[in-house]
Amino acid sequence: MLADKDRIFTNLYGYQSWNVDAAMKRGDWDNTKALLELGQDKIIDVIKASGLRGRGGAGFPTGMKWSFMPKEPRPDRPSFLVINADESEPGSCKDREIIRHDPHKLIEGALVAGFAMRARAAYIYIRGEYIREAETLFAAVAEAYNRGFLGKNACGSGYDFDVFVHRGAGAYICGEETAMIESLEGKKGQPRLKPPFPAGAGLYGCPTTVNNVESIAVAPTILRRGAEWFSSFGRENNKGTKLFQISGHVDRPCVVEESMSISFRELIEKHCGGIRGGWDNLLAVIPGGSSVPLVPAAEIMDAPMDFDGLKAVGSGLGTAAVIVMDKSTDIVRAISRLSYFYKHESCGQCTPCREGTGWMWRVMERMRTGDADVSEIDTLFQVTKQVEGHTICALGDAAAWPIQGLIRHFRPEMERRIRERKGETGGNAPMMEAAE
Amino acid sequence: MADAPNIPDEAEVRARWGNFAWTDENQKKANEILARYPKGREQSCSIPFLDLAQRQVGAETQTQGWLPVPVIEFVARQLGVAYMRIYEVATFYTMFNLAPVGRYHVQVCGTTPCMLRGSDGMFTLTEVECMGNCASAPMVQINDDNYEDLDYDRTVTILEALARGESPKTGTQEPGRHTVEPIGGPTTLTAMVGDNHDYRGEWGA
Repeated sequence: MLADKDRIFTNLYGYQSWNVDAAMKRGDWDNTKALLELGQDKIIDVIKASGLRGRGGAGFPTGMKWSFMPKEPRPDRPSFLVINADESEPGSCKDREIIRHDPHKLIEGALVAGFAMRARAAYIYIRGEYIREAETLFAAVAEAYNRGFLGKNACGSGYDFDVFVHRGAGAYICGEETAMIESLEGKKGQPRLKPPFPAGAGLYGCPTTVNNVESIAVAPTILRRGAEWFSSFGRENNKGTKLFQISGHVDRPCVVEESMSISFRELIEKHCGGIRGGWDNLLAVIPGGSSVPLVPAAEIMDAPMDFDGLKAVGSGLGTAAVIVMDKSTDIVRAISRLSYFYKHESCGQCTPCREGTGWMWRVMERMRTGDADVSEIDTLFQVTKQVEGHTICALGDAAAWPIQGLIRHFRPEMERRIRERKGETGGNAPMMEAAE
Repeated sequence: MADAPNIPDEAEVRARWGNFAWTDENQKKANEILARYPKGREQSCSIPFLDLAQRQVGAETQTQGWLPVPVIEFVARQLGVAYMRIYEVATFYTMFNLAPVGRYHVQVCGTTPCMLRGSDGMFTLTEVECMGNCASAPMVQINDDNYEDLDYDRTVTILEALARGESPKTGTQEPGRHTVEPIGGPTTLTAMVGDNHDYRGEWGA
């Protein structure tokens, strides 16, 4: 288990105050000027060497992303850092804890990252529903300005840097980086075609990097403790510590910072009091938030919780939002509810997603009750393949993958419902076993 | 995509809201918002201005507020953009109410993590999508506050307290739980419970 001294978010649970004095006592804003004096290239080198990969789901190497920004921004085309605090993926509930309990880690990270990529300002885009959290963030930013940590000559570094908070208004799709930029410009949150990529033409047509809250908030601690410290946790290519969010059928759901690559079993045993009803009662797990395919119990139990470990079982780490389902779960309904989510959140721009998410949800609801034909399972699978990869952004993929995972692992259960509904078998057949 | 709302009668709405303008206090807030964006990029204020306007309508009607068409027109004039550019924003984001809502707007999370913890079948109110409280599920959001770790009795207690005009405790309703640490006490960071512990002294250890 990770030692407390190696946890970055020491006030994760908010036992102590979020305010600047308490945060400074925990080590935030401690001679930030010295971090900036490392220089832009050195900061990026350290982040690269630490092995930090983006914590928002895609896992792109953070240091490399920063290095794509122009080395000499033009005065009429300043660079921007946009911080994605639009946490809306079902199962994800970590950025909220950073923002309401440790906001200065994020704000200091914004300065350090913004400086490293030679940005003029950072916009923190926080989802509209995080109302009290946004109030805390606004107040924490004001504190940082009052202390001279932000604004002109930030932290006495000679570098001018602003941080602004921008509230969204309820749209999952704004978590997609180009939709977020559209929304920041005051428009509907509909994703842009890429290229151009944001690093070339993003916010207001200027070079822009979009990073997740957690990716930014860990940066100052990595710089203070060194790349070797951060990369001492986790397996090769999966380095660092990570906020895991465990929900669903465990005895004690929680958010906890752990070492990357911790096994699912250890994560659940150490922090969540085990699976409700015991390990034999585990049905399946969605290990990375609603967009990733579910994994049946037998395959997840001893899997390492990291990018490669979960890819190896046909899923992904995503945001490390771990949704646990025991054998009482109506697994078809659980996935159908996610289909409804994607139908609700489709921005309507691309036809495969606009039409496909609604179609898939309606068929999933018939699969739930068994009011379908067995051949329709294949049709449903084919439709998910027609949506996947045929849209501007990944929402279409995200809507398709949970259904594909369900069909891959629980096809016998889907067929059982259909047969039972048609009266072909009795009602006593065992249910809910994963296909091996 | 979300269902279309029933927008109230136009003539009545125009009579009531045709002269909408910022209060002095909100004018100040509007100026603060404008200052966050570069010159020439005033359209970035569309969401914050609509939010501010909805809150002002709410204050004037003792409700959580909504966006009558003349109010949306006002925001468009303030930002110097076409009405349609603001109308399409107001209709895109779920937090903008296009029809009047009540004094208490209860939003129940119905997405899978809350469903698995028993949110289904317990409430009959507006069901919304994942609110990011999955580790203290199930939850509801009532106006600006979250109530988490709910069950039937705890929910009834909260709603009854609100009906009496009281302000029930927000956040987790689990006795003894602070926020999102495991119930029964944290498995990590126990030194932080009673003291703002500084771990830097142990970094070298």
